[in-house]
Amino acid sequence: MEAATADTKIAPTRAPRKRRTAEEDERRLARFMISPSLILIAIVAAYPIGYAVWLSFHEYSVRVPGLSRGAGFRNYTNALNDSAFQSAILNTFIFTAASVFFELILGVAMALIMHNATRGKGVLRTIVLVPWAILTVVTAITWQTIFEPQLGFVNTALRGLGLPGGNIVWLGDKPYAMIVLVIADVWKTAPFMALLVLAGMQVIPNDVYDAAKVDGANAWQRFTKITLPLLKPAILVALIFRTLDALRIFDLPFVLTKGTNGTNTLSFEAYQQLRENRLIGLGSAMSILTFLIVMIVSFAYIRFVGGNIRGLADEGGR
Amino acid sequence: MSTAESAQSVAVPRARTREARKPKRNWAWVQWVAVVAVMLFCLFPFYWLINTSLKTGPDLSGAALLPPHPTLANYKSIFKNPDFTHALRNSAIVSLTTTFLALLVGSFCAYAIARLKFRRKFWLLALILSITTFPGIAIAAPLFKLWTDIGIYNTLPGLIIPYLTFALPLAIYILVSFFKEIPKDLEEAALVDGATHFQAFYKVVVPLAAPGLATAGILTFIFAWNEFLLAITLTSSATARTVPAAIAFFTGSTQFEQPLGTISAASVVISIPLILLVLLFQKRIVAGLTAGAVKG
Repeated sequence: MEAATADTKIAPTRAPRKRRTAEEDERRLARFMISPSLILIAIVAAYPIGYAVWLSFHEYSVRVPGLSRGAGFRNYTNALNDSAFQSAILNTFIFTAASVFFELILGVAMALIMHNATRGKGVLRTIVLVPWAILTVVTAITWQTIFEPQLGFVNTALRGLGLPGGNIVWLGDKPYAMIVLVIADVWKTAPFMALLVLAGMQVIPNDVYDAAKVDGANAWQRFTKITLPLLKPAILVALIFRTLDALRIFDLPFVLTKGTNGTNTLSFEAYQQLRENRLIGLGSAMSILTFLIVMIVSFAYIRFVGGNIRGLADEGGR
Repeated sequence: MSTAESAQSVAVPRARTREARKPKRNWAWVQWVAVVAVMLFCLFPFYWLINTSLKTGPDLSGAALLPPHPTLANYKSIFKNPDFTHALRNSAIVSLTTTFLALLVGSFCAYAIARLKFRRKFWLLALILSITTFPGIAIAAPLFKLWTDIGIYNTLPGLIIPYLTFALPLAIYILVSFFKEIPKDLEEAALVDGATHFQAFYKVVVPLAAPGLATAGILTFIFAWNEFLLAITLTSSATARTVPAAIAFFTGSTQFEQPLGTISAASVVISIPLILLVLLFQKRIVAGLTAGAVKG
């Protein structure tokens, strides 16, 4: 209210003509300040994406210079009929569903623990950031050493405790390689989820809980009836970030398993065709398909939970 | 973030917290077990890596919780490997340059979005944010071809330029939320005193937004230090390879020997800068990560 009246008071005192030039100046300055970013984005994002689309409709080989001819949708039909690419689609969705699910559960659990810790909150938050900060390549190597069949921690511990599974070659067998891949990803990114959820928890006013306590709600009821519903927006944002990342996963399978034993993902398969097999057309078609899948999933998210996101944006705007 | 926290601790008087803690007393041990479990979950895998990096020879084929004969031999050997030291230098140059340029270019764009009036602002923001959904692989192949054609394939600028486009949306996103929090009155006062919008930006807003710049800078640095897909697609030799790429191509003295000890040592070394950043700037990083999520 106050700000609005102040504004209207100042505005009419300026001459209308002068004000227009000031607005023009502002617009010119805006253009000047935006253009470096726009130029960079155009060169390194828009142009390559357009070029990738063009390549995906052509037959093109690095080995035979100058050879390039129109291929219509052949690269796309080849990609979709390729059994390796089909398994990559399936593996990527399995990986995304499993890792995002466990990240959510662990993330909420860790956030609750951090929120309720009476002492050492800062230390705990710093420790939780360690897996997040460690490079993905290093994460892969770390879990390789832990699941090493002979000298790794897991097999030694299983054998030492006399439990079954002590002789599993984790990264060399079909269902197990995916399990390790999911564990490694959950370890690295559950903390990110936890921090986003924790930030959401800290915004919930204490009075709400006090009121519920007075009404006789127990801890579990307070969690399911108050905490979870109020956390929904924060959780949804975290879920979107994580899902989009998981669908594009590349470095973890590249280093951990080299895409073997049921761990080849969409990005990995496209890379294989582009770099290893030098099939630029087919590889580009695969990367465009990956892009489309990511787009469809993000639109689906916004469609199904869009109301919540819009609500969040409106609240944020205040 | 930090303001919300301090506000909370001010609002809750000490007597009340003690009172609130009292009935939970018998649950205290559950809480401690949970806290220790979280710490173990986060730290143990990295400890195992350090443990492996301190072992050599026959010790490497045992799974002792503590290295039986701890040695820094693996560390000495990786620092004698020119491929590794070169990669460290490349990573430092690429990450620092990317961070500096992303802050410079990004703060311009973020200021315009946060403060100036211009047409199609929504579409600009939508464009910038949509870049974060691009799979790196979709631009890797065209960039590989383009960079080969113009001769910057396998060079450091060839990495810095594409890193900028991915670092920019991140930096802009964080900076916009920080710029918006700076009270408008200060800029308006500067404008009334005859400063131009641009002067108001770099003399008033930028110094006040230093914490935001630090946050965006740290996250950009971590992104660039971590990046892998473009690092292996756009380089072909040690001249331009960054550490993640170099480590992925590390091979033992023979083809069949997995040099687990040295790879672990190299992994520990390249994690140190990031762990230092986390230890020093935990609050900034959390503020940056949650900037968009909570406030919208």
